[in-house]
Amino acid sequence: MPHEKPRLIDEEGRRVDGREPRDLRPIHIEVDVLANADGSAYVEQGNTKVLAAVYGPREIHPRHLGLPDRAVLRCRYHMAPFSVEHRKSPAPSRREIELSKVIREALEPALFLEQYPRTAIDVFIEVLQADGGTRCASITAASLALADAGIPMRDLVAACAAGKVDGVIVLDLNDTEDKYGEADVPLAMMPGLGRITLLQMDGVLTPEELVACVKLAMEGCRKIYAVQKEALRERFIRIKREVEAEEE
Amino acid sequence: MKWMAKEPVISKMRKKYVRQLIAEGKRIDGRGKLDYREIKVEKGVIDTAEGSAMVCLGKTEVVAGVKVGLNVPYPDTPNEGILTVNAELVPLASPTFEPGPPDERAIELARVVDRGIRSSRAVDLEKLCIVPGKKAYILFVDIYVLNYDGNLVDASALAALGALLDTKLFGYQITGEGNVVLDRTIQKPLEVQDYPVAITVANVGGELIVDPCLDEELSMDAKITISVDKEGNVCAIQKSGAGSFTVDQVLEAIDIARKKAPELRSLVVG
Repeated sequence: MPHEKPRLIDEEGRRVDGREPRDLRPIHIEVDVLANADGSAYVEQGNTKVLAAVYGPREIHPRHLGLPDRAVLRCRYHMAPFSVEHRKSPAPSRREIELSKVIREALEPALFLEQYPRTAIDVFIEVLQADGGTRCASITAASLALADAGIPMRDLVAACAAGKVDGVIVLDLNDTEDKYGEADVPLAMMPGLGRITLLQMDGVLTPEELVACVKLAMEGCRKIYAVQKEALRERFIRIKREVEAEEE
Repeated sequence: MKWMAKEPVISKMRKKYVRQLIAEGKRIDGRGKLDYREIKVEKGVIDTAEGSAMVCLGKTEVVAGVKVGLNVPYPDTPNEGILTVNAELVPLASPTFEPGPPDERAIELARVVDRGIRSSRAVDLEKLCIVPGKKAYILFVDIYVLNYDGNLVDASALAALGALLDTKLFGYQITGEGNVVLDRTIQKPLEVQDYPVAITVANVGGELIVDPCLDEELSMDAKITISVDKEGNVCAIQKSGAGSFTVDQVLEAIDIARKKAPELRSLVVG
C-alpha cells in the first residue's frame, strides 16, 4: 500500500534518523569473514548489511570466456529474498543485472588484470539487509575482499552516495531518503588517486546542486576509505597474533 | 549463469591510432572533439505503433516504438499510470549481439533511458491513471537497435523521446459492469511536458569527446552519459566502462552536456 511522504528534514535541520546533513551512518567493516573464499569482507552501514567474497584468480569456466592478455573480472550483485520489506524473488532482477555491471566497472580500474591472463576473478556480493546505499556498501566491501584475496590493486575503492532530500544536500542516504528524496548520486572513487570509478544519478538537480553532491560524496568516500584501511590493518594484526600464538 | 555480454574486438594497432588522433585533437572520421555525427530523426515510421521514431546517428540506427495498453497500477503508486522502457539489441545489428533475453548492455541501456524520462517527468504518470488503484494506461517504450556503431544511449534516448512525442493515446469507455475498455476510434496526442536528452562524453586518454563511434568506444577509458531536461538541469547520470574520471573531467562533462543538449533537443521537438 502507498505510504505518505514523511518529512525528511525537521525544524532543527535533522534527518529522519537524527543525523546532520553531512553525517555518515555508523559504519562497521570486517575483513576475512568467510573461510572458503580467497578474500571476503562484511560491511554494515546503518541498517544496510552487505557481504562480499572473492574467488580467484582461478581457472575460468567456461574456458572460451578466458582472455589471452588479462584476467576476466566477473561480478554478481545479489539481494537476499529477506533483505527487503516484501520478499524479493531470488532470480536476478534488471536492477541487479545493471548494478552487477556498474559495480564491476567501478572495481576494474583498481586492478592489474593483465597480471593474470586466461583466468577469472569472481566477485560475489550478497545484500543481507537493505536500507539504502547497497551498491555503495557493496563496492566498499568488494574492494576489501579483493585486497584480502591478495590481488594487486592500484588503490582501494570506496563508495558513498550524496543526494537532495527536502531541498537539503545530504550525505549517505538511507532507504526512506532515497525513496522520497529529490535525487540520489552514488559515487565510487580511488581516494588515493583521486579517480572516480562510479557515478550515477537519479532525480533532478541543478548543475550547482549536482557539483555540491559530487563533492560531498567524495568527502564521504574519503571517510569510508579511512575505515576500510583500518579494517584491513586489523585483519593483518589478527594474523600476526595467530602466528605468534602458534610459535609459542 | 550468464556472466557478461560478448564485447566486440578492436586490434591494438587500430586502438593506438584512434587514441593518438584524439590526443592530437582529431578523430578518425574527421570530427571535432565536441561534434556529433550527422543525426537524422524521423517520427511516425511504424504505423502499427501508437508512436514511433527512427534515429540515425552516423551509422548507428535505432528505432523506438510506443504501444499503449491498459493495466492495473502498481500497488505502491495507485494514482499513476505505468511507463516501461525496454531495449533489444537485435542480432541483425552487430556480430556481437546474440539472440536471447536482454543482456547487461541492453538492460543498462533501457534503464538509463528510463531514468532520464522518469526523473524529468517527461510524461505525467498521474494523468495516465483512469480509475485509481484499478485501471491505468500503460506505455511500453521499446527500443530496437538496428545497426550498432557506438553511442547507443544518446541515439536511443532521442528515439524514445521522439516516439513519445509522436504517441497518440486511445480513448476509453467504462462499461455497465464498471469495466474499462480502450476505445481505439478515439486518439489524442500524448501530453509530453519535458524533453530529456542524453549526452555521452567519453574519456580517451584524458581527452573528452562527445558521441563516441564504435571504434572510439572500444578505445576509450570510460564514458559518462548525462541526461539534461528542458530547464538545463541534470536528470540522470551513468558512468559506464572499465576506466575512471577525475572530478575535473566529470565537471567538464556536465558542462559539455548542458551546452550540447539544446542542439539535440531541437532535432525532435517542434
